[in-house]
Amino acid sequence: MLRIACPWCGERDEAEFRYRGDASVQRPAADAGLDAFFASVFERDNPKGWHREWWQHAQGCRRFIKVVRHTVTHEIAAIGKPEDDPAVPE
Amino acid sequence: MSGFRLPAGGRIDRARVLPFDFDGRRYQGFAGDTLASALLANGVRLVGRSFKYHRPRGVLSLANHDVNAMVTDGISPNLRADGLPLCAGMRLLAVNTFGSLHSDRARVIDKLARFLPVGFYYKTFFRPKWTFPHWERLIRRISGLGQLNFQAARPVSAKRYDFADVLVIGAGPAGLAAAVCAGRAGARVILVDENAQAGGSLTYARPAGEAAATAAELLAALAAQANVEVRTATFAAGYYADHWVPLVDAGNITKVRAKAVVVATGVFEQPAVFRNNDLPGVMLASAAQRLIHRYAVQPMREAVVLTANEEGYAAALDLLDAGVRIQAVIDLTRTGEKCPAALEVAQRGVRILLEHCIVEAHAAGDGSGVKAVSVAPWNGSGMAAGARETIACDGVAMSVGFAPATALLHQAGAHMRYEELPGQFVPVQLPEGVFAAGRVNGVYDLADRMRDGERAAWLALAHIGLGTHVPAEAARARRAVSHPFPFVEHARGKNFIDFDEDLQLADFYNAAQEGFDNIELLKRYTTVGMGPSQGKHSNMNAVRILAHILKQPIDSVGTTTARPFFHPVPLGHLAGRGFHPVRRTALHARHQQLDAVFMEAGMWLRPEYYARSGKSKAELVREEAKAVRTGAGLIDVGTLGKIELSGADAGELLERVYTGRFRNMKPGTTRYGIMLDEAGVVIDDGVIGRLAEHKFYFTTTTTGSATVYRELQRLITMWGLRAGIVNLTGACAAINLAGPSARTILAQLADFDVGENAFPYLALREGTIAGMPARLMRVGFVGELGFEIHMPSEHAPALWDLLMRAGASHGIRPFGVEAQRLLRLEKGHIIIGQDTDGLTTPFEAALEWAVKMDKPFFVGQRSLQVLHKQPLRQKLAGFMLERDFNATPPKECHLVIRDGQIAGRVTSIGWSEALGRHFGLVFLAPDLAKEGMRFLIRVDGGAMVEAQVVSTPFYDPQGLRQKALDPAPAAMQAVSA
Ligand SMILES: [Zn+2]
Repeated sequence: MLRIACPWCGERDEAEFRYRGDASVQRPAADAGLDAFFASVFERDNPKGWHREWWQHAQGCRRFIKVVRHTVTHEIAAIGKPEDDPAVPE
Repeated sequence: MSGFRLPAGGRIDRARVLPFDFDGRRYQGFAGDTLASALLANGVRLVGRSFKYHRPRGVLSLANHDVNAMVTDGISPNLRADGLPLCAGMRLLAVNTFGSLHSDRARVIDKLARFLPVGFYYKTFFRPKWTFPHWERLIRRISGLGQLNFQAARPVSAKRYDFADVLVIGAGPAGLAAAVCAGRAGARVILVDENAQAGGSLTYARPAGEAAATAAELLAALAAQANVEVRTATFAAGYYADHWVPLVDAGNITKVRAKAVVVATGVFEQPAVFRNNDLPGVMLASAAQRLIHRYAVQPMREAVVLTANEEGYAAALDLLDAGVRIQAVIDLTRTGEKCPAALEVAQRGVRILLEHCIVEAHAAGDGSGVKAVSVAPWNGSGMAAGARETIACDGVAMSVGFAPATALLHQAGAHMRYEELPGQFVPVQLPEGVFAAGRVNGVYDLADRMRDGERAAWLALAHIGLGTHVPAEAARARRAVSHPFPFVEHARGKNFIDFDEDLQLADFYNAAQEGFDNIELLKRYTTVGMGPSQGKHSNMNAVRILAHILKQPIDSVGTTTARPFFHPVPLGHLAGRGFHPVRRTALHARHQQLDAVFMEAGMWLRPEYYARSGKSKAELVREEAKAVRTGAGLIDVGTLGKIELSGADAGELLERVYTGRFRNMKPGTTRYGIMLDEAGVVIDDGVIGRLAEHKFYFTTTTTGSATVYRELQRLITMWGLRAGIVNLTGACAAINLAGPSARTILAQLADFDVGENAFPYLALREGTIAGMPARLMRVGFVGELGFEIHMPSEHAPALWDLLMRAGASHGIRPFGVEAQRLLRLEKGHIIIGQDTDGLTTPFEAALEWAVKMDKPFFVGQRSLQVLHKQPLRQKLAGFMLERDFNATPPKECHLVIRDGQIAGRVTSIGWSEALGRHFGLVFLAPDLAKEGMRFLIRVDGGAMVEAQVVSTPFYDPQGLRQKALDPAPAAMQAVSA
């Protein structure tokens, strides 16, 4: 269990949030090759370490936030609004 | 009350006598007793049978972890006698016995024990493998613990949440001092202890009066602080990330989120290992002290005390003070103790044998107790060396060492190191915000433990920003508290290490010899520490043995992983409620008045059809459908997702998420739309209406509304669009008025023109109906002239009533989901999720017409471009059975079979009044999905039913009726085949 600091609501229990996917995935440009498109739709890294994630404060303000979470320790290094680009530690 | 109750003392209420039954006999105890203390007061030593060999067992620890003293009240299967508060009228039985406790028929297994070495099950019953189920049944019957009572009412327990600045686990001297200190600094403190009374070792340590006074003083200091909450009879079941600790009591689980945690969980006293060390009457010295000081029970009459530390001599004095005659103190150490307690024991004339061990305990005639011990000089590493002497006694008190209760620290991620003095693991590196204090931290002397509690509290306060005081280092004990190797080998074994699992010394030597010489492997092979006490009295000894066998330091052997839970948690505490939320539409009461039969649609309850006495469901569905085709029908479609979208980029969003074209829509019109995922799979459909340039109102499927709403929110965020959406699914109700008479009925109520020219097919209008605000869409889902009326939920019942009244002369009938399914099926309209699945593309669902591939972008477009070039996997098509078919028709999901292979499946089927046939939709291999093709459907029982592909819609293929262009409403324009 984690505590997540929603940029709008403050620190709340993880149970109020829903994981909504890998925030590092970038949609390829329209003219990008099929492989790039395939990768962006179907392929995900499963890193042991820092991971940029979309979370939604589903039982709070319902907004989407970006979370940089460590997949081993659950430590959260940074949290940002959707337009932010929270830094991933080295 | 006979026997062993001391004349004074104890934390019992002698005025309240409690009668109870155990194993079919009546006894009496006092309020404040546990079952174990009451039985011992009555002279009952035998309280259970061991798990594997059914050996007679008694009380070992009296510290809530006696796994051989488990009883059942017929409902809870494994109550622990040492932790179970006595109540009047209790009727309890020992678990794991065949017949009675005294004449357990399975006790013969003990005689076969030498044929059951460690690993026996693995080696014997898996060869040949197919015989194992037979053996498993037998083994489970003989060696299970308590039995479940499936008739018992399900206990319902609450799950609670709480917060603390500092959570202190363990209310012994260290924990109490920590709570007082943190409380005084203003922190909100929760202090939790598994025992019925706070105080920890202060409730039984020597000198009792002084200890009790200290506890009372600390508790009074806590009581004076409103910000400190003390929870007794509650244990911390585990440690989870971010200081999240579930607290479990008899009734509930409370999930506590703390800012800092002080672990003052103390130690578990450990048994010495010698032959028959499991006989009833052989107990830990601290158990004897608990009996004396908490319950005023004399633990035995004639004792032998086995010791290797100061604590054993203190216990000996307690026994002497309780009137016990001590036959001898057997001290494992060469030098003995020089502490005041040891000197006093010698002064009082007790015989002390230094550098001696107990080789064996001897059972009394019926095996229910001990009658003597054999002692001998020993060599310090597991062997008796020298002449034996037999000493008569009826009990043994063992004090050879302790194991710290580190489970929570391990779970929190602490690193531990073994220290030769005091002879235990101590934390060397603790995670942030977690602190250890007291004996679990290797601190033993009482004043030091209290200081250590304060030290931990100050660190916790600094961690949460409530203090800056830097306390002195912990004063860990520099004396030998725990003996490094309190084991005595014996040729005939029965020197038990794990009392849960009946593991003997030889089992460990055997396991190591077979190569399981890593502590984790040893655990899995021998099952040490895997019983109900999770190794509280065995793991440390297992580590010591392995270190001894490997000739390695204990530190390099390490410990096994301690996982939650620390102590068994009743499953009822963990189980969910089976919470099954149900949504009811604004018109639910109307449906009930009309005798609707409800069905579940997602979370919603919807009328399947409306019951009428004397008529079958099939008849009623047909009648309801006929009313829609010939007059008018009314259906509650309030379960549809309803979303309002506005903003400068509202049109842009729709362009991107739906496959159709929306930018060029005129305000006041609607369009059907389908939504895909990135893989090109159809995930939802609905009707999109444009209210104004930058304002849309649209519907989603009943089951898709939450997902679509969430996904749109996500996409708006990700794409940074200037658009906002509001989910009106619950706020708005919706009614579909359909049938040739729909307009006539509506015209009586609407405050605006609903004529064909003013309100044509696919138009959207806002206005009032009988003064109530509404949005109306001209729809054709069921294939007739139809108005979908959306309005605030609170107006829905009134509008429903008005429509029913206005339609009475037109034969209006409410219709349910079944009739609607049939009507839309006649139109060949698909239902997402029924006629599609998790892989269906628009090409397969024959929805190409709704997909504008020439748009610059929509979700799923790129995948469709790829899929378009690939051969089609399957295709949705219409089918009909023969006109004279009169057997049992196929059902949804029945398979199409061609040459013994699956070539499709039925997705929808119904009986059409208009067609006079069974008909439906079917997924078919593309080469079969051509008009006129015949194919076979395999129905229940294996019969094959022939069907033929026909084009859709089956009914009114030109769609004249929904466009209200049909001059003769009664005429059916069914296709013929
Ligand atoms: Zn929020």
